[in-house]
Amino acid sequence: MALAQAPHSLLYLDGVTVSFDGFKALNSLSLVVEAGEMRAIIGPNGAGKTTMMDVITGKTRPDEGDVLFSGVVDLTKLDETEIATLGIGRKFQKPTVFEHHTVLDNLRLALAGDRRAITAPFWRESERERTRIEEILSTVRLGEHRGRLAGGLSHGQKQWLEIGMLLAQEPRLLLVDEPAAGMTDAETRQTAELLKEIQRDRTVIVVEHDMSFVRELGVRVTVLHEGSVLAEGSLDQVSADERVIEVYLGR
Amino acid sequence: MRRLLFGLDARGVLFLVVVLAAAVLVPVSNLALPPSSPLHLPSHWVPLIGKYLCYALLALAVDLIWGYCGILSLGHGAFFALGGYAMGMYLMRQIGSRGVYGNAMLPDFMVFLNWKELPFYWYGFDYFAYAVLMVMLVPGLLAFVFGWFAFRSRVTGVYLSIITQALTFALMLGFFRNNFGFGGNNGLTDFKDILGFNIQAPTTRAALFSISALALAFGYLLCRWLVTSKFGMVLVAVRDEEPRARFLGYRVENYKLVAFVVSAVLAGIAGALYVPQVGIINPSEFSPANSIEIIVWVAVGGRGTLVGAALGAVAVNYAKTYFTTGMLAPYWLFALGGLFILVTLLFPKGIVGTLSDWFRRERAPGNGAASAPVAKPAE
Repeated sequence: MALAQAPHSLLYLDGVTVSFDGFKALNSLSLVVEAGEMRAIIGPNGAGKTTMMDVITGKTRPDEGDVLFSGVVDLTKLDETEIATLGIGRKFQKPTVFEHHTVLDNLRLALAGDRRAITAPFWRESERERTRIEEILSTVRLGEHRGRLAGGLSHGQKQWLEIGMLLAQEPRLLLVDEPAAGMTDAETRQTAELLKEIQRDRTVIVVEHDMSFVRELGVRVTVLHEGSVLAEGSLDQVSADERVIEVYLGR
Repeated sequence: MRRLLFGLDARGVLFLVVVLAAAVLVPVSNLALPPSSPLHLPSHWVPLIGKYLCYALLALAVDLIWGYCGILSLGHGAFFALGGYAMGMYLMRQIGSRGVYGNAMLPDFMVFLNWKELPFYWYGFDYFAYAVLMVMLVPGLLAFVFGWFAFRSRVTGVYLSIITQALTFALMLGFFRNNFGFGGNNGLTDFKDILGFNIQAPTTRAALFSISALALAFGYLLCRWLVTSKFGMVLVAVRDEEPRARFLGYRVENYKLVAFVVSAVLAGIAGALYVPQVGIINPSEFSPANSIEIIVWVAVGGRGTLVGAALGAVAVNYAKTYFTTGMLAPYWLFALGGLFILVTLLFPKGIVGTLSDWFRRERAPGNGAASAPVAKPAE
């Protein structure tokens, strides 16, 4: 195993296999993401993109293979909460915010800090937390909506709130599942800008269907197919790849 | 403390004022006013309203976990009954040699069963303080063990409801057995006195009433303090999007466990105050139907509002008293079932939820559509 290279990478997947009732959702998948990188993962439906995210965030345990975070932490041994605490944040495909909480409370809940149940009744917001939330509110452009219930936001605003919540978590690695799904063109452009802004001080993996969005991001692309990596490189490189064309356009 | 008092909303203040006023006025009206006075409250009403207040505390306990955390417990009557039994055991020990068999060492039912000595789990119940401890410890411990396994194994939704129902059903079957040592199907009754005071005396009943009202006020303040804190924010987050809460790094099972244990302890306290006022505790308190009824109270009053849960408990039980003492008695269960269906269909937010939506709309005309619900409708 190429463990020698792992310590330098933030995320290291090697030979990861996940099967559901005999169907291999991931088939010996190997992937390395360096710290500070933004990576786009593309692939047709059923290529294993979401399963890969599930494995990294502890929702699904792989049958085989290594998943290492910052070279030393074995993610396959941890659950969702522990992995989140390590600094891996996840954005779901469908925007999942707490609809019955205000925008502000959503961010408060996400803000990095003490997560214990036993101290939570005594929590009081500190000045530092207040300023941090203000920063995030302006980053995700939701300042004027702070008092609204998240359930009343538009689809695009919910997506941004969720991204804001991820930022509040102060993760080192951010997994973002189809951030542009269901967005207008203008919102899609703004989202791409937002992600680029975020990537300045952290590592981001974006799973996306929308090729124009991926082009907008202008980052290294990994193409998944049937649970393994089919190609990797710039978008122009992979779109020129014969096998990628075959997968996308059908045989 | 400051956060708690300043965090009270108008609804909460009104609720506390009513409950605390009742704690004073009901005993005064019953004891100090002559029966001829129009403001005199007849004696049989005191334990009856006292009983409603115990139910209100029980409903608060259920609302804390169901309304705010989405844990639909269909077995909360078990914690109520366990608290009641703990108190009942103390009251049994106070009977002493005044029982039918005149045996100072054993309660009547044990003499009847030809038992020679007191089972070890009855030790200590001669002492009031010990009984009070058990009132909280037994339901709390059971909730802790049950919750530890259930929440860790991520049992949620209908499956959790079913096992809570199974829990109370199993306890009912156990307590029905004579050799369990809790009086079998007759339960515990014929109480004489509590802390040396005659349990039948109007003054004792008035005192028990006031204590129940204070317990309800305390229970409300505790629940309110919890749900308005970050702890409560996380509970609602878990209710609405459990996976999201996990991916944010919250130990969801710990939050559920704390809420569940607090809720069970409150239910136990409610049961302990209920028993001396109604004068009996028997295994039918464990029956699954009782636990389901609590859910109806909360749904009718308004899930996730606390005040609504208490109000629903009092309103439904008052209706029950009214119905079951008249010629409508045979139709009570139909009325209860019909009420639940009507409320779920027409007022999914219950009395308090619907009213507060209505007030909000009145105050801010044209802004009604923007006000999203406080709690999800009953599932």
